[in-house]
Order: sequence, then C-alpha cells, then structure tokens
Amino acid sequence: MGMECLVLGAGQEVGKSCVVVTINGKRIMFDCGMHMGYDDHRRYPDFSLISKSRDFDHSLDCVIITHFHLDHVGALPYFTEVCGYNGPIYMTYPTKALAPLMLEDFRKVLVDRRGEEEQFTSLHILQCMNKVIPVNLKQTVQVDDDLQIRAYYAGHVLGAAMFYAKVGDSAMVYTGDYNMTPDRHLGAAQIDRLQLDLLITESTYATTIRDSKYAREREFLKAVHKCVAGGGKVLIPTFALGRAQELCILLDDYWERMNLKVPIYFSAGLTIQANMYYKMLISWTSQKVKETYATRNAFDFKHASHINACLQVKSNIVGAFVQALCPLIVYDDDVCTSISIIVISGSFVASLIFHNFDRSLINAPGPCVLFATPGMISGGFSLEVFKQWAPCEMNLVTLPGYCVAGTVGHKLMSGKPTKIDLDKDTQIDVRCKSFKAINPVLEVRAWRSRSVVFPEHTCPHTDSKGIMDLVKFLSPKNVILVHGEKPKMGSLKERIQSELRIPCYLPANCDTVCIPSTICVKAHASDAFIRSCLNPNFRFLKRSKEDNSYEVSRNTNATATLEVNDERIAEGILIMEKGKKARVVHQDDLLLMLGQKKHDVQFAYCCPAQLDNLEETRNRDDALSLTNKCSWLQLLFKELSNYLSGVNIQDLGEHLQVESFLVSVCLKDNCPYRITDHTKKESATVFFCCTWSAADEKLAREIISAMERFNLSGN
Amino acid sequence: MKFTCLSKGSGFHFPPCHILDVSGFRILLDCPLDLSALTIFSPVPLDFHPKLEEETCDFAVHNSFDMRKRQRIEKSLHADSLICAQPWYKTPKNLHLWDPSSIDLVLISSTMGMLGLPLLTQTKGFSAKIYVTEATARLGQLMMEDLVLMHSEFQQFYGSESNSPQWMNWEELELLPSALREVALGKDGMELGGWKPLYSSADVEDCLKKVQTLKYAEETCYNGILVIKAFSSGLEIGSCNWTINGPKRNVACISSSSFFSAHAMEFDYHALQGNDLILYSDFSSEGVLTNDEHENNYSASNTNNSLTLRDVSGEKDDWIKLKEGLLSNDGSLEEREKLAFICSCAVDSVKAGGSVIIPLNRLGIVLQMLEQIPVYLESSAVKVPIYIISSVAAELLAFTNVIPEWLCKERQEKLFSGEPLFSHFELMKQKKLYVFPAVHSPELFLRLGPVVQLLRRWHGDENSLLVLEDGLDTDMALLPFKPMAMKVLQCSFLSGIRLQKIHPLLEILQPKVVLFPDDLRKQIKFSSSHSFSVFYYFENETLGVPKLKGSVDLEIVANIDTQFSWRKLNHDDMDITGLEGQLLINHGKHQVLLGNEVSNFSRRKPLLYWGLPDLEKLLAVLSKMGVKGSIEQGMSDAESGSGEIVHIHEPSKALIEVRATKTVISAHDERLATLIFEAIGTLMDGI
Ligand SMILES: [Zn+2]
Ligand SMILES: [Zn+2]
Ligand SMILES: [Zn+2]
Repeated sequence: MGMECLVLGAGQEVGKSCVVVTINGKRIMFDCGMHMGYDDHRRYPDFSLISKSRDFDHSLDCVIITHFHLDHVGALPYFTEVCGYNGPIYMTYPTKALAPLMLEDFRKVLVDRRGEEEQFTSLHILQCMNKVIPVNLKQTVQVDDDLQIRAYYAGHVLGAAMFYAKVGDSAMVYTGDYNMTPDRHLGAAQIDRLQLDLLITESTYATTIRDSKYAREREFLKAVHKCVAGGGKVLIPTFALGRAQELCILLDDYWERMNLKVPIYFSAGLTIQANMYYKMLISWTSQKVKETYATRNAFDFKHASHINACLQVKSNIVGAFVQALCPLIVYDDDVCTSISIIVISGSFVASLIFHNFDRSLINAPGPCVLFATPGMISGGFSLEVFKQWAPCEMNLVTLPGYCVAGTVGHKLMSGKPTKIDLDKDTQIDVRCKSFKAINPVLEVRAWRSRSVVFPEHTCPHTDSKGIMDLVKFLSPKNVILVHGEKPKMGSLKERIQSELRIPCYLPANCDTVCIPSTICVKAHASDAFIRSCLNPNFRFLKRSKEDNSYEVSRNTNATATLEVNDERIAEGILIMEKGKKARVVHQDDLLLMLGQKKHDVQFAYCCPAQLDNLEETRNRDDALSLTNKCSWLQLLFKELSNYLSGVNIQDLGEHLQVESFLVSVCLKDNCPYRITDHTKKESATVFFCCTWSAADEKLAREIISAMERFNLSGN
Repeated sequence: MKFTCLSKGSGFHFPPCHILDVSGFRILLDCPLDLSALTIFSPVPLDFHPKLEEETCDFAVHNSFDMRKRQRIEKSLHADSLICAQPWYKTPKNLHLWDPSSIDLVLISSTMGMLGLPLLTQTKGFSAKIYVTEATARLGQLMMEDLVLMHSEFQQFYGSESNSPQWMNWEELELLPSALREVALGKDGMELGGWKPLYSSADVEDCLKKVQTLKYAEETCYNGILVIKAFSSGLEIGSCNWTINGPKRNVACISSSSFFSAHAMEFDYHALQGNDLILYSDFSSEGVLTNDEHENNYSASNTNNSLTLRDVSGEKDDWIKLKEGLLSNDGSLEEREKLAFICSCAVDSVKAGGSVIIPLNRLGIVLQMLEQIPVYLESSAVKVPIYIISSVAAELLAFTNVIPEWLCKERQEKLFSGEPLFSHFELMKQKKLYVFPAVHSPELFLRLGPVVQLLRRWHGDENSLLVLEDGLDTDMALLPFKPMAMKVLQCSFLSGIRLQKIHPLLEILQPKVVLFPDDLRKQIKFSSSHSFSVFYYFENETLGVPKLKGSVDLEIVANIDTQFSWRKLNHDDMDITGLEGQLLINHGKHQVLLGNEVSNFSRRKPLLYWGLPDLEKLLAVLSKMGVKGSIEQGMSDAESGSGEIVHIHEPSKALIEVRATKTVISAHDERLATLIFEAIGTLMDGI
C-alpha cells in the first residue's frame, strides 16, 4: 500500500507547518501551523487539498500537534472552528495548556493592535482546545483499532514532542522542531530505536554550523552592558515562552557577577497563568530542574523551617530553578501590579516579587533592560517601545535570529536602515544600535544557552550534525525534509543520500511524495519452526544508553545496557491454502501434514586412492585389521587437513566428516558405488566410500578429485 | 502458563500477591507488607520522647513489661498483652517459600503493593527486573521513607537488636493471647517465616535504583519477548493494571480498580480489551452481601461499603442512623456522601469543643478531605486550624500538584484553565491549613507515628472524634488507649470494583479465560451464557492454564522485488514455497525478514523431497537428457533390502539406488550426477 505524504506547509520554507500523511489507508495531519509572514490566504495551509468537498472528518483520522509555536498550531482553531474539522486532535499536556495562550496572544496582536479582521475568536480557541486529547510522553495511544501514535520528548520548548505513528506494519516519525542539546530548562530530544519506513524531519539549520555560541553570548552581554553603562535602554524583543527564560537567566548571571544594578524588566503578552503552567509541568523540564526538585526530598527538609521561606533570585541553583519555573514576569495590558509568584518545590515555598513594566516607564530616565513581545517586532508592545526608543542612539535593540519578511525585525536585520516605514503615515527614525542574532533562527528553534555559569558542561554540537545523527540513529527507509530553507536543505539531502544511503525528499508546498512500502504477509508459525529458528545465534552487545535511545547529552552518565541480538536464521516453509491463513511450518510439520516420509537424495562414490607402501601393509590379506583401516583413515585425515586448510574436518573414528560429506575405508570388493573400472587390482590402491547430500556437491567433488590425486604415504 | 495466588491480602492496604509463569518467565505481582499485623505490638510508651536521655531507653523498663506478661495466663486482651518489642513486618504469606532468584520480573500495581519491595531487592540472588509506574515509585518512596522514619522511634526506644527477636521464640509465642498468636503465626500456624525486620533508608534507596519506571500506556519489552504495559486502575495516583503480551498469551491483570475517582486518573478498562486471559485479582467485594438472605450472617460492623459509627465506650449515638442511606447506592455519589458525612461529623465535634483525629493513610481520601473540611468549617463559621503532622505531607502535597498526567479529567481541566490541581497551597496561604514536619508522622494502624501521642492525650475526651478506616480490628488497635471516651467513626471507602460491575466488565473485555478468586465464587455466579471459561483459584494453589493459541503469529517482511518460487502440490489446493530469512523477535513480535544476506555460506539450501521416484518415468526423463540406463532385475531382495537399482551406461557409468526413504546417486562424472539429480527432482514432490 505504501505511504503518501502531502505537504501543505513548511515545504522548502519555515512557516505554517502542516503535513498530511496517509499510512495504509489512515490519514494523519501533523501540525496545523500559520505563516507569520503573510496576511492573506497564504497564511493558512491549503486545506482544500485534503478534501475537495471539505469533508475533513471523513478524510482525516486525526490531527497531531507537536508544540505550541504558532507556525505549528496557529491555524488549528481556524481548521476546527471555521473549516469544521471535528475529529480527534492530539498534543502533549503542556502544549494543550500553553497553546491557547499563544493563540490568544496572537489573536490579540492581530485584531487589537493591527486592527485586522478577526480570523478566529477567543471562543473559537476555547472550543478548539476542548476537542484536544492530551497525551503523555511514551504513552501508546490507540487512535482506533489500527492507528497507534506515541509522543517522544523533543526538547525545543516545554511540551514539544516528536510523534511516532504506526498503522499495520508501516511506521513513521514526524519530528516537529527538536533540540539536540539539553539547555538549562529543557532536556535534549530522546527517541527509541524504531523501525521506520519514513522520517519527516525539520531541517531549520540544515548546513548552518553555528559559530561558537559561547563567544556570541559574551558579545551579546558586552553589547548590553555597554549600552546600559552609557545610560541607554536595551530592548530585547522575544516571544514569551521559551527563549525569554534563557536570556533572563543569562542576564541575571551576568548582573550578579558584574554587580550591576540597572533594572531588568519583563513584559510579555501572556497572562500570569504561564507561571502556574511551568510549575505544574515540571516533569517536562530538564534533568537539572527536575533534580533540583528531587533533592528537596523528605530527608533534606527535616531541619528546615520550610514554609514561607523567602527566596531571592540568585544565580545559584535554587535561583535557576525558580527562574526556570516562573521565568515569565508577565505584562498584562493594563494591569500593572506587582505580582507575587509562589513556587512550590518539594516542601519548599518561595515567594518572589517582581515589578512589572509600566507604560510610564518607557520614557523614564536612566538605563534599563526590557524584555517585550512579540519577538519579531511585528506589532504589540515591542513595537510600541521600539517606536519610542529607536530614535535615540544610546539605545540598543537585540534581534532574534530569524524574522519573517515584512516585520520590523526583518527590516532591521536586512541592512542598516535609518528609517523604517511602518505604514503610510508612520515612519520611525532608527538611530539606536542593534545586535543581531544571538544565534540564527532564534525564534524558530528555541535558543539553547551555552551556560555561562557552567561552561564546562556544554558540548560543541552543531545542528546539521544533530539532524544527521538522528537520521543515522533511526535509519528509516526514507527521509522527507521540511521546515527549512531550500538551498541548505538541498545540501543536507545530498549528505543523507550519499553518507547514509537513504532516499531523501524535499517536497515543496502542495507536493505529494509517495513512499513504497515493504510487503508483509501475516502468517501463523508452527512451534517446530520457531524452535528450529532458536538455534544458538545470540550475540550480546554492550551498548551505552545513549546509543539505545537518542539523547545527545554529554552530562548524562551513559549506563551500559546489555542487548541481546536476536538475529536468527529462519528456514521454513510457507504454505498458502485457499481459505486459510498463511502458515509457516518446519519441514517435519509439512511431512506430517502430508502423511509422507522424507526422501533423501544423496550422492555416493567409492573413491580409489594410491598408497605408497601398501605392499608392506598388505603383507597378508587377512591383515585387513581395524588398525589398518584406522591408519589409512588417519593418513587421509592428514592429507585432507593439509589440503582443506581452514575447513573443519571431524575425525569420528570409523569415518571422517566435512559438512555432510562422509568418508570411510571401503573393504567391500563389489561396492556398488565403485563406478570406475578398476579391474586390475592394483596393489597400492585403497578405496574410500564417500556419501554426501546435494547441498555439498561442490565441496564433495573437490575433495574427491583431490583424493584421487593423493599419494598416501605410510608412517 | 501457571498461576499461583500467594496471598489474597486484605483490603486496600494489603493488596494480593501472585506468581505468574508466562512464556518461561516468572512474574511476581506486587510485594506488599501486612501492616495491620503491627497491632500486635505495643506502641512506644507515652513518657518516651525520642530525643531524651538514655535512661528512658533502659532495658530494665522493657524487661519488666516482659516479666509481667509472662506470668499472665491466657485471658482477655489487655494493653499489656501486646508485644513490647521493636516491631517486625509481615510479608505476604507463602512469598518466603519461593526462591527470590527464580523471579524474572516484578510488576507493582500500587503504592501499597510496593512497601515490601526493599525486603526483596536486598535479598541475595534477587535480580528480577522491576516495573513500577513513575507516580507509584515516587509515592512509594515517600511512604517507605516515612515508614523507616516512624520505625526509628522504636529503634531508639529498644536499641538495635541482634538476630531474631525474643518474641519469636516458640515459648514466647505460646504465651501470647490467641488473638495475637493468630496474627503472628497465621491461622494455620505457617506464617512466622514471613516476618522480617524493617529495611533501612539505604535499602529503600537501593530498591528504587533497581526499579524501572513507566508512564501509563508506555510500552516496554522484557527480554524481547514480553510486552508489558501499565494502565490506570483509578484506585490511587499511579496505581495500575498490567497487561503482559507474550507470543502465545495476552494477559491482563486486574487489581483493585475504581470506576470513580476524584483524584487519580480514571480506570482505563478499554485498554484491557483484546487480552485472552484475565487475572481477576480485585478482592474488595469479598464478604459483600449479594442478597438479603445472607444478611443475618453478617453483623453490621462487618459489612463493607458502609459507615459504622461506634462509640467504643459503650454508648450508642444518634448519628448512626445516617449511615443507612449510604448502604445501598452506587458509585460516586455514595463516596462523596461518605466524605461529606465525615466532614460534618468532624465539624460537630469541633463545635462541641473537641478535637478530631483523622489518621487516614489513603492518599486520595486525605487529599479530598483536606480540600473539603475547610469548606465545611467555613460554612459553619467555625474557625479551627487544620494541621497535617507528617514528615512527608508537604512533599506529597507538592508532588500531587505537579503531576497532571496522573490525575482524573476533572483535575486535568484545572491545568488547562491555569488553576492549581489541588487547592492545598491556597489553603495554606490563607492559613487554614498548616503542615508540620513532625519527626514522626501519619498513623500506621495506630502504632507508629504522632497519632499515638495524640490519642493518649484525647482518648478521654468525649467530644473528640477519631476517624478510622473499616477493616481494622478496632479492639486490638485501640487496646493501648482504653478506656475510650472519644467517639470513633469507622468508615470504609470503595476500594475496588463493585460486585454488580464485575460481570459486565468481564463481558466488555471479552477474554477467553478468566482466573477468578474462589473466595468470590459465592458472591458472583457467572451466567452460563458468558463467552469465557472461568478457572477459580485458591491461595497457595498452583493453577495450570491450558494453551490458547496453537501457533505464534509471524510477519514475513519482504522487499517488493522478492520472488517466491511457488510449488503447487499435486493433490491439494496448496501452494508452498521455501522461506529463508532472518527471524527477529522484538517487542514480543516474530518477524522474518527476507532477502537479507543471512550467511556467507555458499551452501545450497538443503532440499526436501517426499514420496518415491517412479523408475520407469525416471528412465524416460533421463533418456530425454541423453542419459541411458537400465533397471537391474531380480536381485533387489538379496542384499540391499527393498532397494532397486538403475544402472546408467551412457554417457558414462553411474548407478542410482532407490530405497524407501533414500535415493543414492553414484557417478564419477559430476555433470552426470547433477543431471540425474535434476531428473529425480522433476519426478518427486519436494521443495
Ligand atoms: Zn518551534
Ligand atoms: Zn517551527
Ligand atoms: Zn565403497
């Protein structure tokens, strides 16, 4: 049957990820994203390609969302509430919790700030999310009798997952966006070694090998420091979830070390609830965060008066922990109050108080650092602040690595504009400095910090290598690349095909890729067949854990696990009978079934051999004793061993054996197998009777022709 | 497959324990401790404070207890009949009769089923793989650490002991009152071997290192053969029912499960469908009445699923009548009403100036009460603080707030609307709830922990209330605290599948075979119409379960270009072909991969023939090939039995000898031999 992969979005581009895969008749939509660079119909995937009649409930078996980024979930409320898809939707718990916040935030930016016509309402978002079935990592979900899906940890952002889907014997993985290296609050992607017909992977970085991030971080900190030291204001546009936490920790570390007092403000268009989520979803965060949680266990707190303990945010481990949990100090449009956040860690309650950024602070004197959304300065608060701060050359704006064309962020990145036209009437003077891309494609792929505090814990892992590693680890039969830039994807495709010898495809939007599948016959196997296969062919392989499940993390201790290799040679008989299920049986089963006896067809030959000093040994005819027989066989054994070096010859006393080839001394004068005319009873000839089965015909003939040449010399 | 029920346990706190032999592997299901057996030990005396001077720990004190007891002849139970010694712990009966090293796999289905695990993992030779759900492992760890901590109180009092304790000597056991002796030795006197000294916190730590944790519905594979999954049972956070899928057997083990849960994830019974064998191991309806006729045989206090209010001091109380409404009805409403009833009783007591002690150790019930009691207090305008005195309570509460994936839908909705999963921290912030990390913590059958001290203080106060779980031998449990003026409210919560639901459940799951406890046989009669066969099992009796599937399912995976050379069998509608490939056994699935280079042998595949070649036909075929020969006449019987011989003259000399099960071709010329071989091949059935 094969697989069919229809790419509706993120084909040779980044944006509106949406791939529809048909596996053995089941149809799954992976991601339902929105393109941030367009505001016309191109914003959404072309859903009509799924079903001309727009009967999505019947043409799709389920929708799977990998993570809460808008390029993966942005079109979902539109698809369910406007296009009317009512079938099951799966996403992880954190994604279900956080996606509506992202969607609502986005909707507000579009409608309230850009004054666009509403594509979907708050109610739509709510109704859409009610249809979502949350899944846990590794939980095997039976969508229906045939379709099975499973989520694997992808890092990237809280709750991001790669999804495995299997129908019958065909299986595939769709990665979504993933992360190769653990960062401070999220772990690295992790997946089992699976048998896959198809891997659809993102390829955002493709061939870009990042320059040392550590150096870029230092540059970033230096730029920020220089600006505030000169009395300037720093604007850090960011998306609310994911990257803000990292930059915040990075700055906090630096502020601590440099003893800086300049205030750092946060503003993010999400609600206070985000904190709550990070708190409840701790099990989805990095090992480090979890460990911090775990060490606060019963025995540690015997002596602590732990209730109402007040914590200061410091660059110590607890500080990092608290920050990772409640990193978002949130700006909610007009409510600008102090927010106290309760973080519960074990039996540990910490109260943190942050001050929110008030609009009046925009033009307050003195330096400051402000985190504001949205990341690409496409509207909202970051644009509002940018308008005010851009004309002053003391100020600094940092830019994310990736900005969609048309946004202010993109304009700033492409060249050094002195003026930016916002719309017909508004023009911004840009005199402030800008700091580009802490790393490429910051927003698309959450930024993984090279820890400033613990630089020794980091590893120089590049992303194209990471993608190659994953493909190599999974060794699927086919690879499809999506979510990347075409030229770079092209060279990655070349590498996958030449280095890994795996067919690789680069479909554009609206293209369909067909993947041939393997033939698979289901059969009953008889006990005798299974038993016959279980000959000792075990190989025990020591494998490190890393090798077994994909996790590129140098911090984890690779625990060696013993793996039994179960490759067994199977020889049996496949029986197809009308009206019955196919059976695989052992040959004995077949004979029994047929009521027949096995009939061996063998070869035999009575082979003469020259004997040098037979004269002496054959002094008397009655001296054909056992000792003679044995010594002749021994002589033959010696010669054969020399001749067939490396072949195992068994000496079984009465005869010698090589595979099925048996040879013994023949003393019968009228042996039926003595085919050649040896009428003359040569004194120096001795006969060896040989038998063998058809399988060893070649070997047997070789031995016989050698034996005929042999000149066996006694003693 | 073989199955042995080691112990049917008793109730929520002491789940059953079984041994299962599947596909050549031995599986232990659960490893609990019988904590109710703790009641035979005397609590640490009131005047003992763990951190005080050494003189209180004097052995003289403890010896004099002993002396008094020894002189006493069998009579009614007194507080001083209890054993004054550091408690040992009772493992499931019969478990100690099995060799720990013979166990391949341990499956833990609940926190309670885990409490005895360190005793097993510390055994020499034990090397089984242990699977536990993540939540159970964490909660179990907290419980075990807590147990160790509470036990340390005894350790400080009695000092560390060496070898087997004095009370286990036969002379000492003989002197015990019969009620205690029965607990110590079991009804049949065989259970003394099950007593074990408690593990240390190091043992707990070590045990947890050996445990492999799983999420619900996560697939894991043991030894490439058994696919094992845990599905939520609804009973407690993390509790589960296991499915074990082997090549020939699909087994679902149903432990105590709950269709109604106000905290834990719902009973996922759909996932248990499609298994051909169900091990039904929910004993919770044991002793539940099926019809009215039997009612006389049970005293009210014995009835499960009921609330019994008993005034131990002898006086009846009016609220006892309230329970009647709760006796019969179904499901969640009843459970909620029970909770409401307890809450209102608690409020009444508090209003009367008393104190309420709730030494519950069922996490789910505690979580709910902690949320509800403040609501009741508030609505009655009573301002009374609630204290949780426990070294682990704070941690438990924190833990339950970060595991939405393990909770019921109702709680999960809170995650999605951004509210805390439980309201405990809100209550703590509002100073309605206080958590004290006492060095010693929640009650364990009124012997361990701070409840002992509180009971001693309040047992004379008739306005105070003690909430106890049913199923406990209250006489023995309250022995050290008599006389009791305090009211005692005994209640039982649903801790398994209700009787009426067993049959419908099994019908839905559609197994072929059900292993069912004989103890429930009286209560549930399977109608003759059911589609499955039922095997009843008894404690400590091995049950052999007959084979179900005759053959293993196999998948043959081939590339598109794989060519099969089919051979049609003459007499039948049957096509056969040889198959050679690589057998993979993975996740319990057998797969043959064709077309993979298996070996580098240049050997030809051995051919299989059956039947006999017809010699006349053989000569005909051979002559077409230019081979001429003749059948040797007459002499067949003489030398070679029934063998017949064909002599070949052209192109060179050769011989074909045909016997019943063997044909031998003898030729010097290799090509001729091959020709003859092929000729025979065309005449015979074979592959
Ligand atoms: Zn993303
Ligand atoms: Zn993306
Ligand atoms: Zn011979």
